[in-house]
Amino acid sequence: MNRFAWVNARTIEEASAAVSATVADAMTELAGNAAAGDTAVLKAGGVDVLDLLKEGLLAPARIVSLRGIPGLDAVVEEAGGGLRIGSMATLSRLADHPVVRRRYPALSEAVRASASPQIRNVATLGGNLLQRPRCWYFRAHEYHCLRKGGGHCFAIAGENQYHAIFDNRPCAIVHPSTAATALVALGATVELADAQGAVRQVLLEDFFGPPDRDLQRENDLKPREVLTAIRLPALPAGTHMAHLKQGEKDSFDWPLADVAVVLELSPDGSCRKAALVLGTAAPVPHRAKQAEGLLAGKHIGEDLAREAGRAALEGATPLAKNAYKLPLFETLVRRAILKAALG
Amino acid sequence: MATDETQRTEAFPSGIVSVGLSEVKRQIPSDEPPPLPPNAELAVIGKPTARQNGRAKVTGAIRFTVDISLPNMLHGGILRSPLPHAAVAAIDVVAAALVPGVRAILPIATPDAILRYVGAPVAAVAADSPAAAEEALRLIRVDYKPLPFVADLDVARNPASPPVHDSASAPAGDAHGFPAPAGLPLHGNVRGPATVTRGVISQGLAEADIVVEGEYRTAVQTHCCLEPHAIVADWRTDGLTVYMSTQFTAGVRHELAAAFDLPLSRVRVIVDGMGGGFGSKSSLGNYGRFAVALSRQAQAPVRLVLDREEEQMDAGNRPGTWQQLRVGAKRDGTLTAISVLSYGTAGVAVGAGVGSFAEALYACPNFESAQYDVFINAGPGCAMRGPGNVQGAFALEQAIDELAGRLSIDPLALRDRIDPSPVRREERRIGADRIGWHRRRASGADAGPVKRGLGVAQSLWGANVQINASCEVRVMRDGSVEVLSSVQDIGTGIGTVLAQVVAEVLGLRPEAITVRIGDTEFPAGPPSYGSRTTASITPPARTAAWRVLQALCREAAPVLNAAPEQLAARDGKIVVLGDPGRGMKFADAAARLRTDWISAVASRSDDYGGFRRRIGDAAIALQDLGGVQFAEVAVDTETGIIRVERVVAVQDCGRPMNPRQIESQVQGGVLMGISFALFEERIIDQNSGRMVNPNLEQYKLLGARETPEIEVAVLENYQGQSATDAYGIAEPSNIATAPAIANAVYNAIGVRLRTTPMTPAAVLAALGKIPARS
Repeated sequence: MNRFAWVNARTIEEASAAVSATVADAMTELAGNAAAGDTAVLKAGGVDVLDLLKEGLLAPARIVSLRGIPGLDAVVEEAGGGLRIGSMATLSRLADHPVVRRRYPALSEAVRASASPQIRNVATLGGNLLQRPRCWYFRAHEYHCLRKGGGHCFAIAGENQYHAIFDNRPCAIVHPSTAATALVALGATVELADAQGAVRQVLLEDFFGPPDRDLQRENDLKPREVLTAIRLPALPAGTHMAHLKQGEKDSFDWPLADVAVVLELSPDGSCRKAALVLGTAAPVPHRAKQAEGLLAGKHIGEDLAREAGRAALEGATPLAKNAYKLPLFETLVRRAILKAALG
Repeated sequence: MATDETQRTEAFPSGIVSVGLSEVKRQIPSDEPPPLPPNAELAVIGKPTARQNGRAKVTGAIRFTVDISLPNMLHGGILRSPLPHAAVAAIDVVAAALVPGVRAILPIATPDAILRYVGAPVAAVAADSPAAAEEALRLIRVDYKPLPFVADLDVARNPASPPVHDSASAPAGDAHGFPAPAGLPLHGNVRGPATVTRGVISQGLAEADIVVEGEYRTAVQTHCCLEPHAIVADWRTDGLTVYMSTQFTAGVRHELAAAFDLPLSRVRVIVDGMGGGFGSKSSLGNYGRFAVALSRQAQAPVRLVLDREEEQMDAGNRPGTWQQLRVGAKRDGTLTAISVLSYGTAGVAVGAGVGSFAEALYACPNFESAQYDVFINAGPGCAMRGPGNVQGAFALEQAIDELAGRLSIDPLALRDRIDPSPVRREERRIGADRIGWHRRRASGADAGPVKRGLGVAQSLWGANVQINASCEVRVMRDGSVEVLSSVQDIGTGIGTVLAQVVAEVLGLRPEAITVRIGDTEFPAGPPSYGSRTTASITPPARTAAWRVLQALCREAAPVLNAAPEQLAARDGKIVVLGDPGRGMKFADAAARLRTDWISAVASRSDDYGGFRRRIGDAAIALQDLGGVQFAEVAVDTETGIIRVERVVAVQDCGRPMNPRQIESQVQGGVLMGISFALFEERIIDQNSGRMVNPNLEQYKLLGARETPEIEVAVLENYQGQSATDAYGIAEPSNIATAPAIANAVYNAIGVRLRTTPMTPAAVLAALGKIPARS
């Protein structure tokens, strides 16, 4: 780990003015042997930044802490019925937040299934969404991989049991955030502020970007932007949802597969609209649009759910060691749909 | 044997308490105490007793080696090979030496040295701060010349694979840490076979009505001690003091004296709290030598603690295996043949056999085993909790389960027929009752996607003893009592057991005994490996306490108007036998001592009935340790997730000394067994030869939510073999778990999983649910 200076930002503007690069940019510079020079990065809970520092993948001159900014962890119900979650709200707080539990249970389930209690107590939702992938080649400084600006993905012909089954070329990472699976299904937007005080709102689904958009970045965060909030839309009556995660272990493990389903059911019980997202399947949370289309206008039942499970995996391109994810995802999609629709 | 003055004959309780006790006559040394009655007649031994340092552990007050901080202490670090196989062309430490705060640089791999695995030490440094040490390591320039490598067991068996060793560099050693049989040939990367033959295997197979055959694989498992390998070395002109997380203080002292040409009297090794070893902290280790050399060079204390990545790559592991078994039997279950062929790999070093499990567990007239070690370019293995037998049991106990199925004989009934051990017979009876074996149904009996099953497997382990183990007991003039030995508490609670033993003899409470252990200033204790600590150190503790009591009784006798041999110690008093009214407080007797304290030292005598085998200071008892475990699992056939819901572990260790600590150790053995069965695997990227999961994030260890209900039952099994008749429990409790789970999984889903770890991917593949790739 390198020696670095610590900056306590007191306002979003201060943070934005102090930061010079996203963590992804800072890592690419370092991997490219550019002088770390004057790089300053943001830190929320610090869980991922500390991992990267220890592995020698990140060596900033300054770390700008967001923890001292008042109100950045506020969770506020909005006038239109939505919910605005400050980016510094911890995962443990969200898991237990009464409004989240009542109105957005898929999010509280996803968050509760993440990491360990100790980590959830410090990890923030903003940091969780912006964390770098967990690919073991990406995480070891010995491998100068595509995502770090190198010329080769070591996973595709290597140990790829935990890697992507969709969109896995040329880089086979999976997006690491379990919360993101639920948030994309819920149609969440992120709020991003820059040093000039300008704020942009982006649909989370569009904020994330696949490798063919940008190989070194999982999202569209700009160098001096601060992710300030995650906004959940108001949900129409008849909305039902579920999130299911399956790890090899339940204690402190990443998912092998996770699935979020949000269904809008008509009074007659038929499905008006469906959002179905697979996490840990692709470099970004993966919308299963074909399966969503299949559900629309129909009554949810065992057979339809099974059919949707199969449809959700259409087009998958598993690697040598991860084809087991296909039956696993099919099961989780079916179970999540039935859990959402029938409780 | 004729009785002489040094021996006397005594009658000892003998047998399994729940079956019925008889008596056995033994010749014992005349200066050892009379037979210890069964636990039911004792005040302290055999009673659940709280761990003495339990409170210090949970409050953080206990001092582990990583907590040691000495004045002017330096921080050490090791530069390690990034390549699986390379020659060192040049090494340049000039820039590193210029880093402010660097105080010593130790070259390890000199030019032309061959590095044989990722993580092999190249150089070490010591500096004023960890940051300076890290910076110096970063600045050491090494010119590596890469060599072809092999990092997979199957590939390394191919004679055309790149050679890891030449005959000169191939290390000797078997899976138990004993030397490999001499003269085993080395062809390519394959050494062996080590063979055992009994009867005629072809005849046994020909006589069989049914032969089951199977191939099994076990993955490399790493020790994952909670406390990493750690040492603080303090080299001074008048001697060397080493604080070390070690399973054998006395052994490390010998190693240090030899390695650094010091007299034993100038070497002291100390360990207080310790967070586990499981075989990986049995000796000084390369890092231990580096720390001492750095301290000598810098003339200052040096602290060296391995990080988790170093732990995973260069601190030992349980070798991976491939095994092929053939078991033949008659229709009635009588075994006619057992054949074992194994290839195992412990990376660059040490044997990788599958133990003597298949040879010794069941009565079978025809047996053969051929075990090969295969070298690969990966970190060296070392002994790990039940070495060899854990891997061997995973295969054999599944083969026996499969045989029972093919013969349509209940797995327990089959074992009643083929297992001669009365101990395991009783363990099967108790365990079957506790788990509810009558509930066991045919495979796949559940209608839904989640299938439940029950399975059983057995354990076999030698009962080890260290015959040079010694212990001292002191009684102070104020009536306080100390027990002293260099024996170390690696987490099992031996200190508490020593207090119990001494308290029992002196008629005191265990809390009143001060335990001083883990320091070579005290009489040399045994190593804490091979499940031998309790068996080795409790008999001399009792003998020493008994001798010191005799001395105390000589002081008390005149006051009580009795002969010393009429006196006994109980309830904090010295009393006259047969005259309960006459007695004096223990402390009042102690107050009459002429000196500030009296002391007795005793050493472990041979087992009274003799040993099966002696190897130097180690010996193997006549009777093996058993153990039978039952597992209940639920398998989700749509996700491939195996949940172990319940384990019943029935174990034996001679006389159980402290049931509470035994239960805790057995739970640990079971948890480690579940973790081995379902989760753990060292994964090596075959393109780079590097472990991709050298951490505790992607190297998966069982956690709280994977912990089932564990029920422990322990037999009381007396044999009249020592002053305490106690043996070990650590390794036996880790052997049967994985095959019991595998057999339960088979019972649940009707498909046998012959490979560890039994991951969701493996389960879904076994069930034929993974689509073929286009």
